[in-house]
Amino acid sequence: MSSTGYYVPPTSRWPILGSLAIGLMMAGLGAQLVYGSATLLIVIGALSIIAVMTFWFRDVISESHLGLYDSQMDRSFRWGMGWFIFSEVMFFAAFFGALFYVRMFAIPWLGGEGAKGVSALLWPNFIAEWPLLNPPDTSVPSPEQVFSPWQLPLVNTLLLVTSSITLTISHEALKTGNRSLCRNWLAGTVLLGCCFIFIQGVEYYEAYQHYGITLEAGIFGSTFFILTGFHGVHVIIGTLILIVMLARVMRGHFEDSQHFAFEASCWYWHFVDVVWLGLFIFVYVV
Amino acid sequence: MAPKIPQQSPLQHSDTVATAGGIPQHAAHPTGWRRWVLTTNHKEIGTLYLIFSLTMFFVGGIFALVVRAELFQPGLQLVEPEFFNQMTTMHGLIMVFAAVMPAFTGLANWMIPLQIGAPDMALPRLNNFSFWLLPVSFTLLLSTLLMPGGGPNFGWTFYAPLSTTYAPSSTTFFILALHIAGISSILGAINIIATILNMRAPGMRLMDMPLFVWTWLITAFLLIAVMPVLAGVITMMLMDINFGTSFFDAGGGGDPVLFQHLFWFFGHPEVYIMILPAFGIVSAIIPTFARKPLFGYASMVYATAAIALLSFLVWAHHMFVVGLPLVAELFFMYSTMLIAVPTGVKIFNWVTTLFRGSISFESPMLFALAFVVLFTIGGFSGLMLAISPADFQYHDTYFVVAHFHYVLVPGAIFAIMAGVYYWLPKWTGHYPNETLAKWHFWFSVIGVNLTFFPMHFAGLAGMPRRIPDYALQFADFNFVSSIGAFFFGASQLLFVLVIVLCVRGGKKAPAKAWEGAVDLEWTVPSPAPLHTFETPPVFQSTDK
Ligand code: HEM
Ligand SMILES: [Cu+2]
Repeated sequence: MSSTGYYVPPTSRWPILGSLAIGLMMAGLGAQLVYGSATLLIVIGALSIIAVMTFWFRDVISESHLGLYDSQMDRSFRWGMGWFIFSEVMFFAAFFGALFYVRMFAIPWLGGEGAKGVSALLWPNFIAEWPLLNPPDTSVPSPEQVFSPWQLPLVNTLLLVTSSITLTISHEALKTGNRSLCRNWLAGTVLLGCCFIFIQGVEYYEAYQHYGITLEAGIFGSTFFILTGFHGVHVIIGTLILIVMLARVMRGHFEDSQHFAFEASCWYWHFVDVVWLGLFIFVYVV
Repeated sequence: MAPKIPQQSPLQHSDTVATAGGIPQHAAHPTGWRRWVLTTNHKEIGTLYLIFSLTMFFVGGIFALVVRAELFQPGLQLVEPEFFNQMTTMHGLIMVFAAVMPAFTGLANWMIPLQIGAPDMALPRLNNFSFWLLPVSFTLLLSTLLMPGGGPNFGWTFYAPLSTTYAPSSTTFFILALHIAGISSILGAINIIATILNMRAPGMRLMDMPLFVWTWLITAFLLIAVMPVLAGVITMMLMDINFGTSFFDAGGGGDPVLFQHLFWFFGHPEVYIMILPAFGIVSAIIPTFARKPLFGYASMVYATAAIALLSFLVWAHHMFVVGLPLVAELFFMYSTMLIAVPTGVKIFNWVTTLFRGSISFESPMLFALAFVVLFTIGGFSGLMLAISPADFQYHDTYFVVAHFHYVLVPGAIFAIMAGVYYWLPKWTGHYPNETLAKWHFWFSVIGVNLTFFPMHFAGLAGMPRRIPDYALQFADFNFVSSIGAFFFGASQLLFVLVIVLCVRGGKKAPAKAWEGAVDLEWTVPSPAPLHTFETPPVFQSTDK
């Protein structure tokens, strides 16, 4: 452990401004949803969050360039990022848990199975099935059909898996000091990410236009959109992070041996990739 | 545990500007409000957390007193049932998320770096961010009380569909406020884990850490594991309310019981989040005032870990009556009872530490001893509730209310107060006024038992919780409870008085404020200077 002193940053205005920005955005979101008249507040809130993050990370980067961070600081960042990803894992676990519970218990019970068969009394004609194309209550819109996993979802799977590989190649190139190789593979990864987002968008469009899969379409629509939706948001964030990394690589940031921002972005990207594999299997295939 | 700090250990303390490697570390510390708002210092942030928590303790307390005033006599007396429901809900939410949890985080901020010989938290800016999210979150939450249709009125457990289909429109704000509080907890927990794992003084192994640090390490793990699940479940609520999804609507193929599973998967570990750091505080105080090393240090660590792991497997003991399959009833009954084993290990160790100790009864010790006795009562009522067939009778009665108030008030909150009295000399450089502190203690003990003990009987006799009116036969118990509650509430003003007096003056405390205290925090001066352990102390562990 170093004895030259752990760097404790001086006072900073970003934490308080960041909190206020989040408060602004949440208040706006609430007002929009409840009273329907606060888009401006949401936009201001979101822009302030982005601004604060930019300034905050700028401070971190310049401190790093000044050589203020020692190896102990590096470990703090690693622990921090690692546990952050663990928290994200648990966030998705809640949604996967909901999906499993519904498929394994709630729907069979509604169909009259098992000790809780009494709930079948509510809708005697309900037939338990998955994907649930006929929700118990007939007033709930129903999906007409579901996606075949072997079309767009498979393409997306291949895209994301490939992107994890290209990112690893880019990272290896950075470690060996091969900047242009690093840049090119990273750019490729960003491109793959964008393709994924585009295809996901196409799929959503199809879902609403031709498949009858909507947020309102019973529990199938609910679980489908919450899982793919939050995953999609993570891909978007991940792509943005990688774009920032690309810009930094092109500006000559990072050292061969020390570039935790880059590494952390890789961790995040791989995590998003793994979540997709779970999604592919449990939302689309089985 | 008894780490020996070599007397000649090269500790360096200074409140002057220090330089490390030629880099100015913390030049000119700002003054006035900027000092508090912009700070990155773990002690200042710890103080902010503690002040916030104390404030919200009174806000939540006032809500509770509205509830107790209404329940003073049978019949609808003071408030509309609708408002009564908002008060029980807000009381629970504020006490859990804004009083107890921030208090422990505040203590962690202050004490963990001091106890492990670190210059600050691992990520100081993030630390300040975690704090400032809290006032933002709870301003938003409290503002729902003023919104059309009123604030949340479905209990702190916000079961769907009460909190979705039948909820006031302000529920969306409640969800967003809880999201902010959740972000704060997760970031705070990440910071604490990183600090503990990465910032210990050279030579301090994990098994040398004071138990407060250990219990917080495990608590932080629990927080990171379950706060995201809470975020997930409230997001599903948000979607059900605003976007027409059917997560908790059986008509669309969802299930309201799914809400309860997800909520309690968060909720049960959450109650341990509120008690494990309390175990840590008590494990520091009892050896100090018994003047004996803690009995069974290693078993304390393992018991804490066991409690935390088991806490993921017991959640449905809150749901015995929703119609679980029989195997689930049995599984959750036995797994819940299993938790009593590691908990028993802890109680045993505290009592054994006292055995043949040279005990003195200063205020921190009084609170710690009351903790051991009264928390145990709460543990026993928990065991009664764990018996699934019996819980069919007890569930949703005042017996449950009695149970969790025994573990939370003379449990978690007494431990926080014990910790405050124990560490005030370190924070302020003065001893708290012992006479007043003792009055505060005795009033609190009497108040707590007057308030919550009769609830056991009311509950066993069948009085349902969360109802503003009740049958005549419960009148006497409620009468006593209400008197006790106002008495307890009023005596907390003494707590504020002692703290204020202690900040402003009082008997000077030396570095080692308590004769039997051993941990690293007692090697730095009292009051602890703004910056401590800038050069890590050399820690010499003694094998236990
Ligand atoms: C030996 C340990 C414990 C056991 C066996 C236990 C068992 C239980 C059971 C079975 C219930 C559900 C009762 C019902 O709703 O019918 C319950 C409720 C509760 N327990 Fe415990 N408990 C224990 C310790 C704790 C601790 C340490 C805390 C917090 C510090 C705690 C906080 C709560 C709370 C807040 C509730 C009520 C939640 C609500 O419905 O509002 N318990 N406990
Ligand atoms: Cu529980």
